[in-house]
Amino acid sequence: MNYLDLIQILDSSIRLATPLLFACLAGLFSERAGVFDIGLEGKILISAFFSAAVAALTGSVWLGLLAGIASSMVFSMIHGLASITFRGDQLISGVAINFLAAGMTVLIAQDWFSQGGRTPQLSGGARFSPIELPFAEALSGVPFIGPLYADALSGHTILVYVGLLTVPLTWYVLFRTRFGLRLRAVGENPGAVDTAGVNVVRLRYAAVAICGVLCGLSGSFLATGLAASFTQNMSAGRGYIALAALIFAKWRPWYALGACLLFGLLQAISNRYSSIDLVLFEIPNAFVLALPYILTVVILAGFVGKAVPPRAGGQPYVKER
Amino acid sequence: MTTMKTLLGAVAASALAAGAAMAEPGLIIDLGGKFDKSFNESAYNGAQRWVEDNDGADYLETELASEAQREQTMRRMADRGANPVVVLGFANGSTLEQVAPDYPETNFVIVDMVVDQPNVQSIVFAEHQGSYLVGMMAAMASETGTVSFVGGMDVPLIRKFACGYAQGAKAANPDVEVIANMTGTTPAAWNDPVKGGELTRSQISQGSDVVFAAAGGTGVGVLQAAADEGELAIGVDSNQNYLHPGNMLTSMVKRVDNAVYDAFTAAAEGELQTGIVVKDLSNDGVGVAMDEFNEDLVTEEMMAAVEEARAAIVSGELEVHDYTSDDSCPALTF
Repeated sequence: MNYLDLIQILDSSIRLATPLLFACLAGLFSERAGVFDIGLEGKILISAFFSAAVAALTGSVWLGLLAGIASSMVFSMIHGLASITFRGDQLISGVAINFLAAGMTVLIAQDWFSQGGRTPQLSGGARFSPIELPFAEALSGVPFIGPLYADALSGHTILVYVGLLTVPLTWYVLFRTRFGLRLRAVGENPGAVDTAGVNVVRLRYAAVAICGVLCGLSGSFLATGLAASFTQNMSAGRGYIALAALIFAKWRPWYALGACLLFGLLQAISNRYSSIDLVLFEIPNAFVLALPYILTVVILAGFVGKAVPPRAGGQPYVKER
Repeated sequence: MTTMKTLLGAVAASALAAGAAMAEPGLIIDLGGKFDKSFNESAYNGAQRWVEDNDGADYLETELASEAQREQTMRRMADRGANPVVVLGFANGSTLEQVAPDYPETNFVIVDMVVDQPNVQSIVFAEHQGSYLVGMMAAMASETGTVSFVGGMDVPLIRKFACGYAQGAKAANPDVEVIANMTGTTPAAWNDPVKGGELTRSQISQGSDVVFAAAGGTGVGVLQAAADEGELAIGVDSNQNYLHPGNMLTSMVKRVDNAVYDAFTAAAEGELQTGIVVKDLSNDGVGVAMDEFNEDLVTEEMMAAVEEARAAIVSGELEVHDYTSDDSCPALTF
């Protein structure tokens, strides 16, 4: 493996990590506020469908993006209604959302387009096209750094850069603003926040809404950035991998970036090599693909530090009886 | 009460008898979906053509939604009186092995697999022969000397495609390098266009400039990625040349539509032969798709080479190794 191979693998990992990163940060907001969300998968899927469908109908990828975010927000609000207002079980509501999205997308797609649960192929303005970062051309000649910048970092669609910028933004919002402090407090001890006169229900709804926006971006990127149409169940478990990444990252934004890039890298490696030859023994492809899950289990078992979830996570807040 | 029961029973019996007498053919669309632009869609088109040619004729059709429904769907189709019941894909083999003996009066047709039962017609295609021809074209069209293959689920059938492709490529250019990747090891690999696209980009970054997709619905992502990168792609099963004109070198067509059409027609005339039916180059079961979308990409030289190889294979002069015959491939390691 030479340097050029490495650059190409990094390029591929950034692309593969982006949908995970959006979903992982979405889960971060929601779970930091004490609302567990295993419905990430369903929200990615519904957003992928609506962004592809609206982009196909209007020819504009931006309208598609808006539609994707809106649909994901609606699902977030359903989750909020069930688990915050009606104090239902958050896991069950999440599972319901996943099932609803899996069935609904195919049904509507069949009704609108009659192509067996797909949307038509998108082209031109109905897709996100790659953008070149400034000076990419000029810097490509510089040894070492040049190819890294020009080939791996530059030339992705705009949502990839939005995703990377969301990480510092998330960190700033959660750790440097009053809103973030309250949001984190609501996930640890909602009673105390309530005593201080802050509306717990409103804060949790805000967190769930942000989660909806980020899942919407993830789904939209999948259908209009990476692929060029919606296909049945195209999220293919990315919502669950994002949850694994969230635990792996111990509910921290910068760690989340690291975890998603690592998971993306593992996928990129397994895509490229059918088996990895380490002179003494060979690592099969399937093992590399399974590594994210194995690492998460190791972290959960407490071998490498401890992953402590927000203390009030999963419990609906009851003001008084 | 008892009279009621008898009456109902009689009605049910007569309904069954009527169903059996009409004996509509039945088609079970496999996972991947009816409009996968590939394997299943080809079968569906064959059934539709049969309906058009026999106006007024009708057939039963269902679509599998999950692996677990195979047996239930097959039995229900047979219970409803469909004859023959056509099932698509190798994954139905073990299920049909159990179901077929329970319905001795019903004929079954299975595509892509051999099931040794007296009432089953097994249709197998010589995919390695068709893949050999497109492999030759790929190697001749390649400027980088590297061509690649994206498979769906990693099963012997798909390796048969890959192996034929690699042999053809090496026959046209002994120095050619062939990269092969499989999308996955579960049925979900037939329907993951995002991963298909990523595999394709990875192969293109390794120098490949012609990509052959044999991956069902995943292939849609493969062809899209190749078109996005401005390289050539080869479709599979159905003629997919129209999907990206200018970037589609050709398609390795596998006439599943003809297989379904012939089975329906033979059954309507009461002449369905059970046993193994082989569809290969000699009876146009497999072939290379040429139409207005790819005529500018295919040179005279390629056509001549393909024609020559085709004649040699049909006459038996040239033998293309079939991966499934001994689970190994001389031209490619997996």
